[in-house]
Amino acid sequence: MDVQMWTYTIVGITFLIYIAIAVWAKAGSTKEFYVAGGGVPPVLNGMATAADWMSAASFISMAGLISFMGYDGSVYLMGWTGGYVLLALLLAPYLRKFGKFTVPDFVGDRYYSNAARTVAIICAIFVSFTYVAGQMRGVGVVFSRFLEVDITTGIIIGMCIVFFYAVLGGMKGITYTQVAQFCVLIFAYLVPAIFLSIQIANNPIPQIGFGGAGADGIPLLEKLDMLHKDLGFAAYTSGSKPMIDVFAITFALMVGTAGLPHVIVRFFTVPKVRDARISAGWALIFIALLYTTAPAIATFARLNLIDTVSNKSYEGLPNWFKKWENTGLLAWMDKNGDGIIQYTGKNIGGGDAFEGSKPAFTKETGAHGEPLLSNKPNDNSNELYIDKDIMVLANPEIGGLPDWVIALVAAGGLAAALSTAAGLLLVISTSIAHDLVKKQLNPGISEKSELLFARVAVAVAIVIAGYFGINPPGFVAEVVAFAFGLAAASFFPVIILGIFSKRMNKEGAIAGMLVGLIFTAAYIVNFKFLNPGMNKPEFWFMGVSPEGIGTVGMLINFAVSYVVSRFTPAPPQEIQDLVDSLRYPKGAGEAVEH
Amino acid sequence: MEKGKLQEYWKINLGYLIGLLVVWFVVSYGFGILFVNQLNAIQIGGFKLGFWFAQQGSIYVFVILIFVYVALMNKLDKKFDVRED
Repeated sequence: MDVQMWTYTIVGITFLIYIAIAVWAKAGSTKEFYVAGGGVPPVLNGMATAADWMSAASFISMAGLISFMGYDGSVYLMGWTGGYVLLALLLAPYLRKFGKFTVPDFVGDRYYSNAARTVAIICAIFVSFTYVAGQMRGVGVVFSRFLEVDITTGIIIGMCIVFFYAVLGGMKGITYTQVAQFCVLIFAYLVPAIFLSIQIANNPIPQIGFGGAGADGIPLLEKLDMLHKDLGFAAYTSGSKPMIDVFAITFALMVGTAGLPHVIVRFFTVPKVRDARISAGWALIFIALLYTTAPAIATFARLNLIDTVSNKSYEGLPNWFKKWENTGLLAWMDKNGDGIIQYTGKNIGGGDAFEGSKPAFTKETGAHGEPLLSNKPNDNSNELYIDKDIMVLANPEIGGLPDWVIALVAAGGLAAALSTAAGLLLVISTSIAHDLVKKQLNPGISEKSELLFARVAVAVAIVIAGYFGINPPGFVAEVVAFAFGLAAASFFPVIILGIFSKRMNKEGAIAGMLVGLIFTAAYIVNFKFLNPGMNKPEFWFMGVSPEGIGTVGMLINFAVSYVVSRFTPAPPQEIQDLVDSLRYPKGAGEAVEH
Repeated sequence: MEKGKLQEYWKINLGYLIGLLVVWFVVSYGFGILFVNQLNAIQIGGFKLGFWFAQQGSIYVFVILIFVYVALMNKLDKKFDVRED
């Protein structure tokens, strides 16, 4: 069988499994639809959380980003795992004890205010749509490369699959599908990593292998540092970002993780408070499997890439290079006409090879058989364009691994993207059907109509998400970083204060959320969309990039909440009693609807 | 449960939280970011220590922290008789 057949077969089989699970786990009640009936065992919930959490960005983009950023890429590794400590210690057990369906539900009840609930709904929908756009784009990238359909068709196929199991099964269907998706994605991620580790470092454990040495006895990381220096890139193991920005981005990602509504809602689905604590632990173990492998893949892929392309003649390049050129994710512009690829970084006069963020091919071929570009060349020595997303996807081909491994990676990428998309879509639908319609517009609605409403809301959300996937607002991982900043600046403080400060009242919470959200969104929009030319450290607030600004937004939120709450009346006694009852596990009961 | 005991339970819980979060901060922000250059002077195998904490070590410590918290709280729940059946 060739790669194409393997891909159709493996992707087809995984899709059949997801659909079969959806049919088996059809939701019959709103409780099953919103929180899977509240009876998911902690280990399975940990797997589902891991799949829910690990998105197209984690699977496809992260190792690639790290391989270009080196040490600076640690912000993703620490940021996206450290948040689970905050979740397990500061949020999950108390929210489970509270026992509602959604984050806006908590905000609305704890702050005894429908205005607070509405602000939370807006935040949840905003964060989820920002994030889901990146997922749909990821689905499109994987489909277009591996199934050789165009991105739009790929996204529509993905939409249909998600539609089926999210609309039918709700949280119950999504949970069990995510367990299967976790198994697929982690297997797909580890297999090529183990192969590469054996090939390059002669050690089957990638986490240890990338600290090892190649055939020449020089440690891989040292070799990479030397290559980077010679080619004009920042040293791999020390990076180039200023410390304050590394600090701020890591913090924003950690706090953002702990504030993402689709992750928080997963802790409503376990039977007991202590299950919520331990299921965060299981989730982090399953996540760490991938996250500790990613820097190893990054190192292997980077070494392989430089070895394969730098100062090599184009005509002698392996087949995978030419295949990836077809997807527009890789391009070479022979600026000096020598037929050899010059790949150079900023420190010796390199940089972007040409103007424009994406290569535009003319459909003609040059003197060495390379596809020609219509982009204007930049005035520097670098000739190579590499989209970071290809580092994971092309890995098996770069390493010369068997065809079925390539197909497996495609299935893994799809599992990662689809599982996260489904979790987010459910948050959007719950926010609308439960928090908006049932809690505010029409409290008398019957359970059957509410369920129907939730299903329609998922369907509509899928169509909107698909539109964003086809017309993406930006680069996969970049878009995802926004969602974190926004979650950090809106939800995290309001939930923490709701649990740990009895004095926090509705005025403080609403003011904090609004100011945090508006500040963070305005900063990001200004630097990313309105004035991208000014997106440089000298214009940033205290040297913090738009990726890290959620940290500042969060601090502002805390400060505003505190000050406003001190000048306004304390919350009523029954709310203070509610906060007391959150703090010890007994009597948590099941997730209940009030 | 009487109010005094509940307050004591909450106080011990907060003590655990602060202790564990200090470790959380030190391994990630301390070893991985603020003192990364100093630690990079130490090399273990092919890894510079600061780089290792930033890309591997802190993640392992995070996992351990959660399980330590779970164990501590399970014991505390039993001691104060607030454990769910």
